Amino acid sequence: MAVRRLAPAEVQPASFAFSAENLAWAQATIAKYPAGKQASAVIPLLWRAQEQHDGWVSEAAIRYLADMLGMQYIRVLEVATFYTMFQLAPVGKKAHVQVCGTTPCMLRGSDDLIKVCKSRIAPHAHELSADGNFSWEEVECLGACVNAPMVQIWSDCYEDLTPDTLNGVLDIFERGDKPSPGPQNGRHLSVPEGGAVTLTDPGLYDGSYRVNIVTDGSVTPKPAGE
Amino acid sequence: MAKIKIDGIELDVAPESTLLQACEMAGAEVPRFCFHERLSIAGNCRMCLVEVKGGPPKPQASCAMAVRDLRPGPNGEAPEVFTKTPMVKKAREGVMEFLLINHPLDCPICDQGGECDLQDQAMAYGVDTSRYAENKRAVEDKYIGPLVKTSMNRCIQCTRCVRFTNEVAGVGDLGLISRGEDVEITTYLETAMRSELQGNVVDLCPVGALTSRPYEFTARPWELTKTESVDVMDALGSNIRVDSRGREVLRILPRLNEAVNEEWISDKTRHVVDGLRTQRLDRPYLRGADGRLKPVSWAEAFGAIAAKVKATAPNRMAAIAGDLASVEELYALKTLATALGIASIDGRPALSGLDPKFGRGSYLFNATIEGVEAADAVLIVGADLRKDAPILNARIRKRWRQGGFKAAVIGTPVDLTYDHVHLGVGPDTLEALARGELAFAEVLKAAKRPLILVGQGAVARADGLAVLSAAARLARDVGAVSDEWNGFSVLHNGASAVGALDIGFVPGEGGLGTAGIVAAAGRGDLDVVVLLGADEIDTAALGSAFVVYLGTHGDAGAHRADVILPGAAYTEKSGTFVNTEGRVQLANRAAFPPGEAREDWAILRALSAVLGKTLPFDSLAGLRAKLYAAYPHLARIDTIAPTSAGDVIALADVGGAMDRAGFVGPIQDFYLTNPIARASAVMAECSALARARTTAAAAAE
Repeated sequence: MAVRRLAPAEVQPASFAFSAENLAWAQATIAKYPAGKQASAVIPLLWRAQEQHDGWVSEAAIRYLADMLGMQYIRVLEVATFYTMFQLAPVGKKAHVQVCGTTPCMLRGSDDLIKVCKSRIAPHAHELSADGNFSWEEVECLGACVNAPMVQIWSDCYEDLTPDTLNGVLDIFERGDKPSPGPQNGRHLSVPEGGAVTLTDPGLYDGSYRVNIVTDGSVTPKPAGE
Repeated sequence: MAKIKIDGIELDVAPESTLLQACEMAGAEVPRFCFHERLSIAGNCRMCLVEVKGGPPKPQASCAMAVRDLRPGPNGEAPEVFTKTPMVKKAREGVMEFLLINHPLDCPICDQGGECDLQDQAMAYGVDTSRYAENKRAVEDKYIGPLVKTSMNRCIQCTRCVRFTNEVAGVGDLGLISRGEDVEITTYLETAMRSELQGNVVDLCPVGALTSRPYEFTARPWELTKTESVDVMDALGSNIRVDSRGREVLRILPRLNEAVNEEWISDKTRHVVDGLRTQRLDRPYLRGADGRLKPVSWAEAFGAIAAKVKATAPNRMAAIAGDLASVEELYALKTLATALGIASIDGRPALSGLDPKFGRGSYLFNATIEGVEAADAVLIVGADLRKDAPILNARIRKRWRQGGFKAAVIGTPVDLTYDHVHLGVGPDTLEALARGELAFAEVLKAAKRPLILVGQGAVARADGLAVLSAAARLARDVGAVSDEWNGFSVLHNGASAVGALDIGFVPGEGGLGTAGIVAAAGRGDLDVVVLLGADEIDTAALGSAFVVYLGTHGDAGAHRADVILPGAAYTEKSGTFVNTEGRVQLANRAAFPPGEAREDWAILRALSAVLGKTLPFDSLAGLRAKLYAAYPHLARIDTIAPTSAGDVIALADVGGAMDRAGFVGPIQDFYLTNPIARASAVMAECSALARARTTAAAAAE
């Protein structure tokens, strides 16, 4: 992880304000906390601000939220720089690719996905692509190890990727569409790839076996007529 | 009380005290970086590890574990703590090794060298070589203001500075951004810190990450002569240590005094040092016939004064004393004035309503500074505490943080760093409050120990006495004045103010006060005006009077003067100062006055001989013997002579009509309140920054 700094002044917007809908949501969120503890709402509000503002938190947003919550600016900056899910610089307009690089994904080929990102998007993490539509970063475990390797784009995960399928996913984003989330190799959720190899006997599921619970737990076919 | 055994010594401690405090009580030394008595507990440096029996079987951070967290043994034995076992030593050595991984080896060029906690503790717990071959962490230095220089590679992330600005100073300037090994201490977008107490973070920093910018690369601690003294920048009399080398005062540090300043001092107190070197008057001057000041000898200067004084009737002469005068020179000047028959002497700010004839209780901060912590409600009348007495403001904030405390302000709206109600701006509000029309009246009545704080903005005006009396009446009516608690408290701004009132340096029979003297001189009714370091008056309005200025700096008074007598600044003389609560304290000489300048009392003594009214003492000891005989309470150094609640009750009955105008504090610029501060380049820079901030804030609204 590198030092996290706010984006340079020339890309920072002059001001930030919640949309009417988000403002109502923010007020409801703040109201969840007891009086005097409004600062507790800082993380959800920062997240909503990030979602509203093209996926990154601007300096103006930090000031806006600090004023809204009665906090010192530096306190909100501390939170925003602490959590790596808050993006402090502009990200791709169409997709910001978060590639999981933790051990299970790495063993299943996340390095190849990163190579795709480097060649297709930008040579370094947190850099915008030439057209400004894409950016990528390597993140720690996103909790989808059974479908490794995977990436997260906005709030959806794209799993069981290969360099080709990742390119396919990015192509769809490039067109401005949204690919269907989940495994990209035809697998249903995290069911065994290529079908089950254990517990395949249909008798297990049609009620034709009897489990001997009283003695040893062994399974025997039910006698006919029972 | 809970029993605990520390290194085999059994003792009784409060159950909520921390293991670290218990260890200190048992005489065991525990190293620490992040822990500080006056700040919240962070527990992040891990240097204070100890071994415990009756708690988890691993090294424990003693600063963050309370005595009551430990369990007694199976037979009810007291829990045990060990601070010297091999386990403890090894654990601390491990912590030290981690701290040193990223700490640069730049002690030879570090300003903290010689007074560095890390350096000292590395002597005890450091290992001789590093096992760390990787690159050290590098952190960019931050700009956090003109007073504090940063060298962020050295930071060990103890967060004392963050907690100080947040908790004590109450401005929340500093923060710890980012995470893990990338954490950095900074202000928001590297703006300058806004607190007037920010210099204290330099003392708090256990390493050389935050050092004093004006003092950078100036001296090593072992070269300095340390003199314990008292500050004169405000009327609190903060206890300071003056560090000097040769003739020069190099820096000023706070000295612990729980009753006054705890261990904080304001930036003005600390960084006024360079003002002691510049603009100094180092020889007598006399204004010649061409209207220009010419350097002369002492004898010529005295001769000119004597010629003028002898030709003038006593009722056409006057003397005004400024904010920085010690009791000794006030006494010498008063004695001389009495001998000459001069009644118009005054050591109070213009139009002050304070008068010693109402008793000492009528002009002191009766609640005492430490007593603020016992108060449960405060009404601040006509004071901007962050400018008048930032250390007192920090004390009130400390009380506010403990909860169950209400504050209200009558006067200019200000940001005090704690919650308060702004009731109004002037006497109308005070009257409404007295009539019980404002909700805060109920708060004051319900409070067990209400504090009525009256600032100079309320009393240094034409109706000052009436306002003072109204405040005393309010204090009496809400039960703030009794034998057990006297909450009627006057806050002064000048270090000399209480001393002047104590010895009666006020107009005698038929004499004029400060404002009266200036006006009379302007009308031509006065021929000779002596200014004892009085620069805060309108010196341009003194008309054609012959002005004798006895002071230290080429400031307003010296520019107007006809004769300049160069005196000694507060670091150059031994002098008594009485602070706003009536505490008598001694300032000591740390250096000698420059050039031909002399101690003020000695100048007055020499002048008295030329005037033919020789003062009855030849030494400072002789002066003090006379002074103490006349005012015995001044002999009791570091104590407060008890005052009578009756003074306040009597004051309440004085009454008088109050003006409608709002209370405006006399201090517009905190950093430039006296000649020494105005001569300081550092103070000028701070002042410019503060002004720019105010302008920017006004523009934003």
